[in-house]
Amino acid sequence: MLLAAFWFFATLMLLFGVSVVVLRNPVSCAMSLVMSFICLAALFVTLDATFIGVIQVLVYAGAIMVLFLFIIMLLDLREEKSRRLNFGATVGGALVLAAFLSIMTQVILSNPAFANQTPKLAGPKVSDVKMIGMTLFHSFGLPFEVVGVLLLSATVGVVVLSRRTLR
Amino acid sequence: MPTLANYLIASGLFFALGLGAVMLRRSIIVIFMGLEMMLNAANLSLVAFSRYGLVSGHQNFDAQVLVFFIISVAAAEVAVGLAIIVSLYRARQTTHVEDLDTLKF
Amino acid sequence: MNLPSIAWIILFAPLVAAGLILMVTRTNKPFAAGLAILSALITTVGGYTLFAKSAEGVYHGFNWVDFGQAFSIPFDLALDPLSRTMLVIVTTISPLVFIYSIGYMKEEVGFARFFAGLALFLFSMLGIVLANNLVMMFIFWELVGVSSYILIGHYYHKDSAADAAKQAFLVNRIGDFGFMLGILLFWIATGGPSGGTFSFVGINHPAPIFVQNPALLAVAVVLIFCGTVGKSAQFPLHVWLPNSMEGPTPVSSLLHAATMVAAGVYLLARIFPILASSPEASEVVAWIGAITALGAGILAIQQDDIKGILAYSTISQLGYMVTGAGLAVSAALPMFHLFTHAFFKCLLFLTAGSVILGMHHEQNIWKMGGLLKKMPVTFITYCCGMLALSGCPFFSGHYSKDLIMACSWEHHRDIFWVVVIAAGLTPFYMMRQALVVFFGKARSEHSEHAHESPLVMTIPLILLAIPAVIAGYPFFEHTFFHEIGSLAEPEVPAYVPQVFLGVFLAGLGLAIAIYGRAPEKDPIRIPFLRRLFYIDDFYFWIVRVIQGGFAKICSFIDRWLIDGILVRGSATVVWTLGFALRFLQVGNIQAYALFFGVGVVGLIYLLLHVR
Repeated sequence: MLLAAFWFFATLMLLFGVSVVVLRNPVSCAMSLVMSFICLAALFVTLDATFIGVIQVLVYAGAIMVLFLFIIMLLDLREEKSRRLNFGATVGGALVLAAFLSIMTQVILSNPAFANQTPKLAGPKVSDVKMIGMTLFHSFGLPFEVVGVLLLSATVGVVVLSRRTLR
Repeated sequence: MPTLANYLIASGLFFALGLGAVMLRRSIIVIFMGLEMMLNAANLSLVAFSRYGLVSGHQNFDAQVLVFFIISVAAAEVAVGLAIIVSLYRARQTTHVEDLDTLKF
Repeated sequence: MNLPSIAWIILFAPLVAAGLILMVTRTNKPFAAGLAILSALITTVGGYTLFAKSAEGVYHGFNWVDFGQAFSIPFDLALDPLSRTMLVIVTTISPLVFIYSIGYMKEEVGFARFFAGLALFLFSMLGIVLANNLVMMFIFWELVGVSSYILIGHYYHKDSAADAAKQAFLVNRIGDFGFMLGILLFWIATGGPSGGTFSFVGINHPAPIFVQNPALLAVAVVLIFCGTVGKSAQFPLHVWLPNSMEGPTPVSSLLHAATMVAAGVYLLARIFPILASSPEASEVVAWIGAITALGAGILAIQQDDIKGILAYSTISQLGYMVTGAGLAVSAALPMFHLFTHAFFKCLLFLTAGSVILGMHHEQNIWKMGGLLKKMPVTFITYCCGMLALSGCPFFSGHYSKDLIMACSWEHHRDIFWVVVIAAGLTPFYMMRQALVVFFGKARSEHSEHAHESPLVMTIPLILLAIPAVIAGYPFFEHTFFHEIGSLAEPEVPAYVPQVFLGVFLAGLGLAIAIYGRAPEKDPIRIPFLRRLFYIDDFYFWIVRVIQGGFAKICSFIDRWLIDGILVRGSATVVWTLGFALRFLQVGNIQAYALFFGVGVVGLIYLLLHVR
């Protein structure tokens, strides 16, 4: 059953991803991206990372993509007018993608360790929220505080950048 | 049961899609979305490794903490990046990336 | 006042005088001359005192370089019979020349500078005389070279004088290179870092390595002889001395006749024991001396400059002295001729100076004539010098020169014939000079109005004429030389001295025959001799073509290869690379993303596949 769930959500995620790349209207792209994030959250849940899945929906799909949509509406973007295609850039991009995909599959398929089935979880079932909390505050206390400062600086930066005039 | 390779290939394909969005689309907003796709693909890889690389019977929670950090940093980054894009639009009145070429040699 | 103090005072007094003149009395002419003459007189008094008291020994000064046993160069003074005699020679002649210079240089610019130069020279020459070891002598050797450069180039605004000064210094340098190699070879042979010595006492005992390798000893001695070849203007390094006549006449008389050029012979006398112990080296020395004596004598026949004749005559007489040393009979043989030559040659130059001054600095003998009546004192003193030089009996030169020729008859018959012919040439060119300059009619305005020189110049002439006549007499020979070496007359058949007399008279007679009628210009013209055997031209060719060519090659390498290709070329390569890479900055963000992607994919590929 896990396998079926994986295939379903993975395929859906990739289809929505393709539509992000292909669609003209930026709002359509944003909505496709929201859907693909939700499928991604489902994949997280199949991997027994429920907390991360919830965070994914809350933060990414709920806050970040909303921000994207706000900006699209602020800038009042219309459909992208199609200009003359830059042949060299397109071919170049396609080649790089193809190269990347080939290398990636080569690596993943060649490593025997990656072919293992899902290992069984031993021991009593622990709440992963609790475990993540413990790990976060025991081992990663300093990075946690630093990320706080980072968010503060990002806030300040956004406020400064949004000013109409430079002062 | 899906193997680790399944998840990794899914992550890789998602990453490739994000890369394609960055290289092939002409609107800055969509390029930025491509960046977010790449970040999330990396997150998927991390969580897969957390589940398949067990540490004394349970998942490797260090990887999940790292995903937590990546999500928060990505949020900050999106905020600042979109602020920049808004300033850019105010200055140049365009979001078409080919119009932004003042840094030519 | 003890003897060592006297020795140090006489060494440094002229240096102090030179320093004071340069620093304090630049424009005060009498004071400058007075200081220099005072220092010269101090050296005279000191020198005679040291001689009279028979000062003997090594007076320790200080260690200039001191690395203990391994390498040390002490500055000590050596007093022995040889240095005492040389001291008397130098300190007798110097004050007379200094006093003469007051009159000669009266009208000239740079009066004080001249006396400072003379004082510096006196200091350097005394250093050579009193030096205890080869390195100290070498240092003062170079110092006399510097003084010579300064004094020859006294009229430095004249190109010919500046060139002559340069040539003197550089040609001497060539000889000094060999000299230095010889010093080092002797040091190594006497032990190098363990016991090697520079002192004359040390090197005059043949070191064991020299006893086993006589060829090596010969090489070392000949290398030291190179210093003499340079300083005493022997063939092939004789070219500088005739050109040094560009300097004022007192300089020519003091340095380039009596003392500095004699330093080379003094060096040979200093190393005489080791020179005598190497037959090959003695052979080389004797032959070079003989060739020089004959060659210079031949060249003197065609000289038209009054100082030029005397210059070549000096070279020829130095050749005699060197031959005397090379015959390896005794150290006294060359020194005796040095003794007599110093007096009569200095005298001859000073009389020539007197003539030049009377002729308002005209030096061509074919513009002179009939000066006998107008400059009688000069003429009489000139005759004393000329007869002494030619070897006339009862004059000083006769005793020393004939002694050398007699020794060569006994020890080295081939050299005898060479020096005898040279002995015949000497009276010929001297009589030629006398006839053309002093006899006959005046040939130009200057000689019409010539007049005798002032007392300050004629008194030194008279004072020098006395030893020119009597310095060869047995009394002096005994006093000054019996401790240096043996001057015993060798066993020669009775006709040999008559050959000398005959040669002397023949030279004199031939000159009277050709020049007695006081011709207007020289009846004999031999271009080969006038071009000085083309030796000077050959040297100029070498410098111009070989050294100049080499300099051009070096310049090419420096400018085109090093500057052009290496320095500017590498800069250009970097610049071109930068210029090419600039075209990657297209301004398009997606292009940058593309490059980035290519880079990442490439890096992953490298990491995976290149082990």
